[in-house]
Amino acid sequence: MTTVATDAVMDYDEAMTKFDPVMGLEVHVELHTATKMFCGCPTEFGAEPNSQVCPVCLGLPGALPVVNEKAVESAIRIGLALNCEIAEWCRFARKNYFYPDMPKNFQTSQYDEPIAFEGHLDVELEDGSVYRVEIERAHMEEDTGKSLHIGGATGRIHGADHSLVDYNRAGIPLIEIVTKPMVGAGERAPEVAKAYVSALRDLLRALDVSDVKMEQGSMRCDANVSLRPRVGEPLDEAQLEVPLGTRTETKNVNSLRSVERAVRYEISRHAAILEGGGSILQETRHWHEDTGITTSGRVKSDAEDYRYFPEPDLVPVAPTRETVETLRGTLPEPPGLRRKRLQSDWGYSDLEMRDVVNAGAVELIEETVAVGASAGAAKKWWLGEPSRRANAEGQDIVTYAAGLGLTPAHIAELDGLVAAGRLNDSMARQVLDGVLAGEGTPTAVADARGLELVQDDGALEAAVDKVIEANPDVAAKIRDGKVAAAGALIGQVMKEMKGQADAGKARELILAKLQ
Amino acid sequence: MHGPDAWSGPEGLPHRLARMSSLSRDDVAHLAGLARIELSDAELDRMVGELGVILESVAKVQQAPTDGVAPMSHPMPLTNVTRPDVVRPSLGAGAVLAGAPESEQQRFSVPRILDED
Repeated sequence: MTTVATDAVMDYDEAMTKFDPVMGLEVHVELHTATKMFCGCPTEFGAEPNSQVCPVCLGLPGALPVVNEKAVESAIRIGLALNCEIAEWCRFARKNYFYPDMPKNFQTSQYDEPIAFEGHLDVELEDGSVYRVEIERAHMEEDTGKSLHIGGATGRIHGADHSLVDYNRAGIPLIEIVTKPMVGAGERAPEVAKAYVSALRDLLRALDVSDVKMEQGSMRCDANVSLRPRVGEPLDEAQLEVPLGTRTETKNVNSLRSVERAVRYEISRHAAILEGGGSILQETRHWHEDTGITTSGRVKSDAEDYRYFPEPDLVPVAPTRETVETLRGTLPEPPGLRRKRLQSDWGYSDLEMRDVVNAGAVELIEETVAVGASAGAAKKWWLGEPSRRANAEGQDIVTYAAGLGLTPAHIAELDGLVAAGRLNDSMARQVLDGVLAGEGTPTAVADARGLELVQDDGALEAAVDKVIEANPDVAAKIRDGKVAAAGALIGQVMKEMKGQADAGKARELILAKLQ
Repeated sequence: MHGPDAWSGPEGLPHRLARMSSLSRDDVAHLAGLARIELSDAELDRMVGELGVILESVAKVQQAPTDGVAPMSHPMPLTNVTRPDVVRPSLGAGAVLAGAPESEQQRFSVPRILDED
């Protein structure tokens, strides 16, 4: 075991009084095309090692790559959705390096001629304000193989005595989306970083070009962070003119929560070094999810060390303007507009909608409403126990629910049982607990646990009479028109009925008897 | 971020080499490092001389009058050669690994990757 010295960090709030953070995010997205970027090998996740590999993937002599038409279309659609210009003519390039994750000793990428460039994405933050992220470029490239390091204590490169490589992933179409330096976010930089990656994920999902599963690596984020001295408010002219500091690039930050944490950590680490009179080394950093820190990786190569040159085996890509306009016509409703439309359909307030968005439950609620639940019930049940538990597990709610087999149809069924008067709210919560515990569908859980409102009006009426008699003071108040006082009696009626009654009906009966 | 001009100059030649009039021993050592080639001191000295001659020869190309001539990377006037997104059979892991000097767990076994830092 090697021990990694823990770096000094400055308290975040203190760092913000002294420094202004600037970020740049590079997001790699695997396209979910059926085949690889330059050959017909399948791209299925989780296949047997080296079972989706051919001479093109391996760079064997004589193998000739040919571009995947669908991948180019996806790249253009992504560019258009990010409000980018689409190149009229661009080439692929070889990025040369020696590392066994590419058997060819180069990665086919794009260099100074990206397919898409100069765009932006407006990102809504938790408080509803909007930060515009300027997009530098989106270019096409291929993914690399996956290495397994053997012999090291932690499965990382350090300490390994040999590595095992699976080239199934090598050649899968990848789009790299690079932002311009993100300035002016100030202390909200980590939140902005997370919101950007989240918005990008929603956009790519809506485009249906990628699985965007960060936990499976089909969407990966590298976060560049630098600090410059703070001379004013983040958006002050004087502050924006301060030259950028040296950046570090934190690799493979693979969850939304980690994006926020990693940026925050690097800001605190840079601040401690700069405050101590030191200087930042331009390097890549490894993010450690478990400990929440970064450690030094390799010193970043200069671009010229990659000896880029135009790929001679692939001819230029020159999308006609007609093609571009046709693809523009296939773009989905932008997620921001879609949310506004759904909010209006569902009748949610701004605050309610924001809660739903922040919980990542928009799609779940949409599907739940589509299978028959009311919008209010769908929100109530998804944002209740399932959301709370997903948070506690550090997962997003979609992944969490999928893991437990909780579906929109379950929630709609639960809502149906309540609407039909079979369950009251507290019983429905117990039923949901049962569904979350894997006991089956809501109806099955209700049956198995014997949860059913007593439909016997006689029993309910008897309970109401008993409670009114026992509480003459409260009854008098209600007779005088203080309807709100009925709450106290309803509670007691429910107690009498051991929870197995419809509170609404109890209320009706009480009021009918006392008015 | 990548500078826009690093592959300007003679097509395919890295910028640094293109503008280099003479090659230093350090340059050769750096290139050897990038190519993962181990050179002895004597080999380094010899390569400085030999590569210098090659560079000088290639540099003569730069004297050609290229004003108004667009750089060319592909001799054929073709664009947009693509294929449909349809799966074709892969080789199969057995055939793939037949070319591997060593394999383990159906993967290529490679020597420990040197720490890059």
